[in-house]
Amino acid sequence: MKFLGWLGCAALALTVGGTAQAENVKIGVVLPFSGANADLGHQVDKAFDLYVKLHAKDLAPNTVEIIKRDEGPPTGAVAKTVTTELITNDKVQIVTGFVFSPSAIALAPTITQAKVPMVIANAGTAWITNLSPYIVRLSFSMWHPAYPMGAYAYNKIGCKTAAMAYTDFPPGKDSTEAFKTGFEKAGGKITDSIPMGSPVQVPDFTPFFQKVKDEHPDCMYVFIPSGAHAAGVMKAYGELGMRKAGVKLIGPMDLIPDNKLQDMGDAAIGTIVMGHYAVDLDNADNKAFNKAWHDAYGKDSYPDFMSAAGWDTMHAIFDTIKKLNGNASDGTKFVDAMKGWSANGPRGHVMIDPATRDIVQDEHAMEVYRKPDGKLGEKILGTTKAVKDECKELKVGRCGS
Amino acid sequence: MPHFAIIAVSILFDGLAYAMFLFITSVGLSVTMGLMNFVNLAHGAFAMAGGYIVVTLTRTLGIDFVPSLIIASVSVGLISIPFERYLYRRLYKATDLEQVLLTIGLAFMSIATFTYFYGPIPKSVPLPEWLQGDINLGFRNFPSYRAFLIVLGAFLIAVLWYGFERTNIGAKIRAAVDNRRMAESVGINVDLLFTLTFAVGSGLAALGGGLAIQLFGLSPSFAVIYLVLFLIVVAVGGLGSLKGTLLAAFVLGVFDTAGKYLLADAGGFFIYAVTVAVLLVKPAGFYGRE
Repeated sequence: MKFLGWLGCAALALTVGGTAQAENVKIGVVLPFSGANADLGHQVDKAFDLYVKLHAKDLAPNTVEIIKRDEGPPTGAVAKTVTTELITNDKVQIVTGFVFSPSAIALAPTITQAKVPMVIANAGTAWITNLSPYIVRLSFSMWHPAYPMGAYAYNKIGCKTAAMAYTDFPPGKDSTEAFKTGFEKAGGKITDSIPMGSPVQVPDFTPFFQKVKDEHPDCMYVFIPSGAHAAGVMKAYGELGMRKAGVKLIGPMDLIPDNKLQDMGDAAIGTIVMGHYAVDLDNADNKAFNKAWHDAYGKDSYPDFMSAAGWDTMHAIFDTIKKLNGNASDGTKFVDAMKGWSANGPRGHVMIDPATRDIVQDEHAMEVYRKPDGKLGEKILGTTKAVKDECKELKVGRCGS
Repeated sequence: MPHFAIIAVSILFDGLAYAMFLFITSVGLSVTMGLMNFVNLAHGAFAMAGGYIVVTLTRTLGIDFVPSLIIASVSVGLISIPFERYLYRRLYKATDLEQVLLTIGLAFMSIATFTYFYGPIPKSVPLPEWLQGDINLGFRNFPSYRAFLIVLGAFLIAVLWYGFERTNIGAKIRAAVDNRRMAESVGINVDLLFTLTFAVGSGLAALGGGLAIQLFGLSPSFAVIYLVLFLIVVAVGGLGSLKGTLLAAFVLGVFDTAGKYLLADAGGFFIYAVTVAVLLVKPAGFYGRE
């Protein structure tokens, strides 16, 4: 087979004219396909598959080969093992995916040593991009939504005091730190900061929220790793009657992932989040993206912010492969070629900041409301253009190193 | 009412609701382990099956939540009988390791099966009007769903207590847990008894699974993720003891809630600290035979 492949390659090279040789670029995809957070992996994976299906022909004569592995639980250990295998056994030239920050953090030394670019499609702890010159992030930093939310909550939502509740792992601390920085700078006061256990299982949120309700701040800022946790947050918030008691629910867009929004019911109405994607975002690329998604996965399946980042991630990888004429074997060159990449995608215009290798994108304040057709939707209240990762701009903590 | 009293009542209320869920889901596991010394790690899978049946009944067929719970519980109880008769029975005399391998294998197979049919996205159920929102008890509002959990739990405890302590079958089960060989030699059909308790235990687990959807959401990993909780309740309560399981569920539920409320920084740690403390003093659990 291998011999035939070589023959094929040789024949193709001859016909093209000798100089251009068709390359097969191997891409390792690492996403959670099992455990409590498996649906997050599927949200990204569906976007990857969709992009590859629609655009593989654009790379001709070059081809890509996608090898998928299970990222496992949000602890990083399984991700480290499977990614190392992808690099050493399967000889992939690029690794991508990575929903969980611990995975990216655990792998940074490995990819630095192997000189293999790691193109992150989700993991959002701000300082991850500082860990290796081979990391490029297409998704977001926790600071992207959380930091502007601080000022917005104080000035526009009317939160003078706020309690924060978060899932106790790096992005949770990061998100609340970012919100706190922005909120206190604007003049707000944080009344409490409550860790809510590990991301591995969805806890009973009631005791945590009951405590917040008793303290009665104007707003409650919640960070959870989207997915199953988001549904639990909304149930507990609704059950405790917190909105009626005057405690507004705010947070990053992880609170209301589009694919679970319809299930959340009336409890979600009035929730205000800061984020860079919603199905309802009004731009041509997003409309085309949603149409392609529904055509491929049915009308009841929705993409969410993770899918949007997944789409842009594959887009950036494909553009870079094109730019390098299929020659992706040099990881350093690949990362250099990716710096400054910019394009329109479902999120609108996005760009890779050449200085930080992190994404630059618009952030929108969005409120959940009931649309005329009876479905829940997200109304855009305001937009900040071209937001960079403020953690690195302000050099906060580990972002400064 | 003074502030600390309100907090104490809150914690007791939430803790009690949580304890009822723990009790309903774990009691079957405790009795089967006590009766047959069989380690059934697929118990969480039966709970999950109940949850998914409730999802299908309410969402697809439009049946109300409460009747759905009953149907799910009864059908999982019935489905569990062939599992017991044809799979579990072969391994009663086998070592713990072989039992663990069989049942954890079943749990993983159930995860794959339910992922195939329902997908990995967590499911929720539509609740009837009277279970949404909260009820006012004068000094404070409580979520209606949790009040429902407490009432339902109390009712089931009464029924189980009566069945266990006051009926002929209950006496036979207690006899078999105490000394199986002696029970058999006086003519009690322990095999049949076990099939019966296994079915009831699985049915209760299914009921717990259905009730859990509103607490945690339901995804295919439920079968394994919450198993640790059920095993802790069983270990702390003592194998095969109704009283023990009830006390353990109550202590763990209230301590866990109190820890999360009062000391969130160490919140997840409390349930384990209580477990270790109890097992240090009473290695067989509250009411286990030493």
